[in-house]
Amino acid sequence: MSTCADQIKTTELKAKDYKSDTKPVWCPGCGDFGVLNAITKALAALQLPREDVAFVSGIGCSSRIPAYSAVYGFHGVHGRALPVASGLAVSRPDLTVLAAGGDGDGFSIGGNHFMHACRRNVNLTYLVMDNAVYGMTKGQASPTTESDWAGSKLTPEGPGLAQFQPLEIALSAGAPYIARCFSGDPNGLAQRLTEALAFPGFAFIQVLSPCVTYRPEQKEYKKLVHPGFEPTADRREAFMQLMDDDGFTTGVLYKADIPAYQPDRAEPSDLDTIARQFRVGEHGPKPVTNPYYPCSEAGCAVDPPVPED
Amino acid sequence: MQANSLSLALIGSGGTGVMTAGQILLDAAAQAGWYGLMTRSFGPQIRGGEAAAILRLAHHPIQGQDDHLDLFLALDWGNIERFAAELPLAEHSTVIADPAQGDVPQVIARTGARQAMVPLKEVTKSVKGGRANMVALGLVAELIGLPRAALMQTLNKVLGRKGEDVLQTAEACLQAGAEQAKAVDTSLALEAKPTPEGEQPERWALTGNEAAGLGALRGGVRFSAAYPITPSTDIVEWLAPELPKLGGCLVQAEDELSAINMCLGASFGGTPSITATSGPGLALMIETLGLAVASETPVVVVDVMRGGPSTGIPTKSEQSDLNIALYGLHGDAPHLVVAPNSITDCLAATQWSVHLAEALQTPALVLSDQAMGQARAIVDKPIPMDWKAERRTADKPGEDYLRYRITDDGVSPMAIPGTVGGVYTADGLEHAERGTPSSQADHHQGQLDKRLHKLTGYDYGEYWADIEGEGELAVITWGSSTGPVREALDRARAEGITARLISVRLLSPVQPEAMAEALRGVSRALVVEQTHGGQFHHYLRAHYDLPATVQAFHHPGPLAIRPGEVLEQLRQLAQQEAA
Ligand SMILES: Cc1ncc(C[n+]2csc(CCOP(=O)(O)OP(=O)(O)O)c2C)c(N)n1
Ligand code: SF4
Repeated sequence: MSTCADQIKTTELKAKDYKSDTKPVWCPGCGDFGVLNAITKALAALQLPREDVAFVSGIGCSSRIPAYSAVYGFHGVHGRALPVASGLAVSRPDLTVLAAGGDGDGFSIGGNHFMHACRRNVNLTYLVMDNAVYGMTKGQASPTTESDWAGSKLTPEGPGLAQFQPLEIALSAGAPYIARCFSGDPNGLAQRLTEALAFPGFAFIQVLSPCVTYRPEQKEYKKLVHPGFEPTADRREAFMQLMDDDGFTTGVLYKADIPAYQPDRAEPSDLDTIARQFRVGEHGPKPVTNPYYPCSEAGCAVDPPVPED
Repeated sequence: MQANSLSLALIGSGGTGVMTAGQILLDAAAQAGWYGLMTRSFGPQIRGGEAAAILRLAHHPIQGQDDHLDLFLALDWGNIERFAAELPLAEHSTVIADPAQGDVPQVIARTGARQAMVPLKEVTKSVKGGRANMVALGLVAELIGLPRAALMQTLNKVLGRKGEDVLQTAEACLQAGAEQAKAVDTSLALEAKPTPEGEQPERWALTGNEAAGLGALRGGVRFSAAYPITPSTDIVEWLAPELPKLGGCLVQAEDELSAINMCLGASFGGTPSITATSGPGLALMIETLGLAVASETPVVVVDVMRGGPSTGIPTKSEQSDLNIALYGLHGDAPHLVVAPNSITDCLAATQWSVHLAEALQTPALVLSDQAMGQARAIVDKPIPMDWKAERRTADKPGEDYLRYRITDDGVSPMAIPGTVGGVYTADGLEHAERGTPSSQADHHQGQLDKRLHKLTGYDYGEYWADIEGEGELAVITWGSSTGPVREALDRARAEGITARLISVRLLSPVQPEAMAEALRGVSRALVVEQTHGGQFHHYLRAHYDLPATVQAFHHPGPLAIRPGEVLEQLRQLAQQEAA
């Protein structure tokens, strides 16, 4: 990751330098505008060169965000931002990788990736613009929607399901950095983001980001949110804080020093040396990868377990 | 009997060690300067159950299994009914069994094969700490005339680390087995062949899956992400320890959706990437393959086909993922589909696919199958190819940089993150040349044209198909069916039937002109494939002008296409009048 120190040579970048000239498709008043502002502020605060930042997303109103910023972007398919971001971050540790999307994208279709990204702990920042609704498909319930919200034609009596708890799940799954912010407070969010982007591991930020079109009542979020989380590295304490959470507490909940994902290393070699393993004459037992030579027993009588699926 | 090649099967319950014995036999044959091929056959059980090591050995490179087995050795009869159809016996075959294991089952006896009873268990008991599979190995090696020195050399490698005792026990078993050979009334030695003088050409022993892995590395792949699925897992298991040696890495993903998307992420970052999967996994990857097409992100997926649909027959081969590979993507999504047609070709075809995917900034699907992927062969050292990942990158993009600029050949320079001035957003949404999402008709038309044109306008050269021989008859086939077809053509030639082979390697995009050239003068064609519904035949009909007379020969897995059955079809075709 580039640090501020690397950048002294360039002229100082302002938040607006990180904005592209593509006009957002968002509805006027959508919370996602605040998130975009916060992101550009955080990038400016870190003075990250634009070309060294990559912004990955899935599909949804919120997932349109990479195109609105002037960094490298990848706008993929629904629910798959985290794998794309992980592959990129693992293969290009020199980049600052930011993934973003909605609650539907991240917790519903992408729910499995969310859990595993928390476990995998690749060095990237994941920001979910949570409006408890599917904005882009015009207002269906999402995993974070209240169980009695009857505003969708698809679930006219409310989804009737327990609400997905992003912070609890992130904590259970092993994410080392967990925070909640509000899009109506771009400065606060920018501050958290600055910290998250510099954090050496998987940093997850849930951003309460109102959908003024399908959940107009969310305009009240600004009255509901309140600071309260005290950063801790103690999981038990973090869970305790969540037990008292009304869903609108903001701040860093958990921050732990857990080593980020490291790909396997090996002694450097070259293609010819690698190919030599196939030469007859030198071909020998390769217990790990050769399916025919398990030889765990003297006398070589044991065949390997036969794979099924 | 002196034979051109020898086919044999060793069967026994899982745990008896027949696979290991088969593998040692194959390696020893290689040490002796022979060529060979070993296919594994087993059911879906994890441990136990019946397993068969099926080998074919010769003094020349081998394309696939023969019509019938010459030798069939059973350590026990376990669930032989499940395998019988895959172990074809004829009257000239010899079945060796241990009377202590009970009568020869009806499915075997019915074939009319000669039977020889050898008290394997008893003989094994005579060696302290002995194993029946080693006794069987000694017996078989003696029967086929495999030099003992080659066998011992191989055993040394396999068991050497386990100490002198183990080695001595094994040798005693081999000797005890060999002594039983006198009791078996058959002479199966390979045709005598003069010992080659001087340096022997280099030979390799490898599976199709290992070959694909090496092809990926040679092509320039430095990132892989995968989710295990039989029979593709061997590829990524092979790659996992090798990639870091070249500065790359492999990530085990939580599922196939993740695997392919991780590969796209890495590729977006400039690292050539590959994943391997089989039918069900490919189905899950399809949406993202469309994303790779639209966002013009290169990626390679090796699909090692198994019996389908659904979970199908995970451990056995078929060619029935052809349709999903060609047509599975939604929208108009031109992409590459390449099929290796032999174990060795798994190397070159994968390497080529990496090269093409990178050059054309699009996904390439490599359609391998279980029969090639998991069979191990002794082959001549594959000719090294120089296909590499050469992506057209935008190294100094100016103010006016357009990621998806419509160029003459449809390929536009790609700015890799880190490149100053190149920032853009790759998009699966339809987009204008800059990459900004657009639903405008002219943008859609322009980008669709671009993505099609870059594939259809490219010169794929001669490697698009293997075209051999001439004549009015042609056999059109692909993938692992090519081996038995080649052998059938050889046999047909001996009968005076000449026919040409067209083994299509580049399945997509289609090559109508090259195919017209390949079919010039052909009046009758035979289409051979291992599917139930004739997918390849329908594909050919949809995209190519075929001769008036076309005979389709196809059956599903797990039964292999045999040279003899192809030959029979060829005979029929030869007798038909040209329409
Ligand atoms: C595979 C697939 N299924 C469904 C869709 C349709 N779809 C587009 S966006 C979306 C939900 C978006 O909701 P969310 O992620 O919460 O984002 P928001 O629009 O609220 O920002 C859905 C279901 C799709 N694009 N792809
Ligand atoms: S629909 Fe909702 S989430 Fe989408 S842009 Fe409008 S306000 Fe924002």
